[in-house]
Amino acid sequence: MPLDDLESAGPGDKGMTGTDVVTARDRGLVACTRCTRVWPMDTETCARCGSTLRSRRDRHLQRVWAWLSVGIVCYIPANLYPMLKTRTLFVEQDSTIIAGAVEIAQHGGYGIALVILVASVLIPIGKFISIAYLALSLKRQVKMSRHRRHQLYEVVEFIGRWSMIDVFVVAILSSLVQLSAIASINPGPAAITFALSVIFTMLAALSFDPRMIWDGPEDRQE
Amino acid sequence: MIGPQLNEPVATTAAPEDGPEEWIACPQCDALFTATVPALGERACCTRCQTVLIAPRRGAFLRVIAFAITVMILMIGATFFPFLQVRVAGMRNAASVFDAVLAFVDGPMVALSVAVAALIVLIPVMRAALVVYVLFPLTIGRAPYRGAAWAFRLAEVLRPWSMAEIFVIGCAVALVKISDLAHVDYGPAFWMFGSLVVVIGLQDSSMCRWTIWKALDPETRA
Ligand SMILES: [Zn+2]
Ligand SMILES: [Zn+2]
Repeated sequence: MPLDDLESAGPGDKGMTGTDVVTARDRGLVACTRCTRVWPMDTETCARCGSTLRSRRDRHLQRVWAWLSVGIVCYIPANLYPMLKTRTLFVEQDSTIIAGAVEIAQHGGYGIALVILVASVLIPIGKFISIAYLALSLKRQVKMSRHRRHQLYEVVEFIGRWSMIDVFVVAILSSLVQLSAIASINPGPAAITFALSVIFTMLAALSFDPRMIWDGPEDRQE
Repeated sequence: MIGPQLNEPVATTAAPEDGPEEWIACPQCDALFTATVPALGERACCTRCQTVLIAPRRGAFLRVIAFAITVMILMIGATFFPFLQVRVAGMRNAASVFDAVLAFVDGPMVALSVAVAALIVLIPVMRAALVVYVLFPLTIGRAPYRGAAWAFRLAEVLRPWSMAEIFVIGCAVALVKISDLAHVDYGPAFWMFGSLVVVIGLQDSSMCRWTIWKALDPETRA
């Protein structure tokens, strides 16, 4: 942040946000996002918890895009290759995520099919779009208010981990169904790329700095 | 998930007269407040984004330690007892979490094996152990152990990567997924995992991070 901005934000100012909310940056302070302690702007590490201090992780935006891209790249093979290899006495079957869900639905398990589709298709794709939208919204004017975008960020952060469910299901089935000749289930290559996709997308969400949402112009409804 | 309801806006915008050690910055939106500790059981939330900043609980440290120790004990049982049992045509197999972890051990899937073990067993246990290490000396009125700040920061960094609860739902999905291939029952570890999820949730919700950080800070401890 430029030095003259720092000086203009003296105590008692209304702050650069132009509202009653004064941010740590307005006061020439840098906040620790881990332990909430504030330090003078040029402090590099938080003496309380040891975290690296950055007033805004603006350079991390590139990291967000990088993690997001690898996350999306890993998600493609995760849908093309089989997740599960099921072998019973008569049939050998490889099933992808979507084929697996369709199969369960055909057997009447609509609830579970829905859980799988939501966790493995809807949530990952929703996350890709949401993170990209949030990152873009920092650079250009968007319709969604700051409050809404912050809520979206919290939802993405909370829900992203749940996509891991399908990987666990594969692990459970592969260890459980090992009944020699009668039936066996083994993990397919998609299990690994899917897990990677979930991990990379989580890293993208974690690299995003929600404070930057609030630096943007205020919305009329707020 | 979405911003918790505002109880009472106990935190007030930072006044210039008190020192920075009394200030608290919202980690989500950078708003600066004077840290005013609310009554026990109440929460001080950020007035802009509703993030909970301070939430003191009576006897919280002791309770958190009790929960953390419970997590470690339950996890031992939950790892080695079977969580699902399967019966097909007179053959039976029972799988423990330990088996599920080993499911990927063959070939290039080892990485996945390690990841599953870390996410559902190692990270939850490690977090519990770190929290005990951090809080134990504080409950008996001693100075924190060496590296306590580092330990607590690690416990917090690991939080999104602790996925025991997702594994429990994964068990339920797996059970339905193979219900027409074989007869499946829940084993004792399933219930242990179920209670583990509850205890981990209690451990995290009864922990006021700000109180702990303040107790670890030599400057504000007193
Ligand atoms: Zn800190
Ligand atoms: Zn806030």
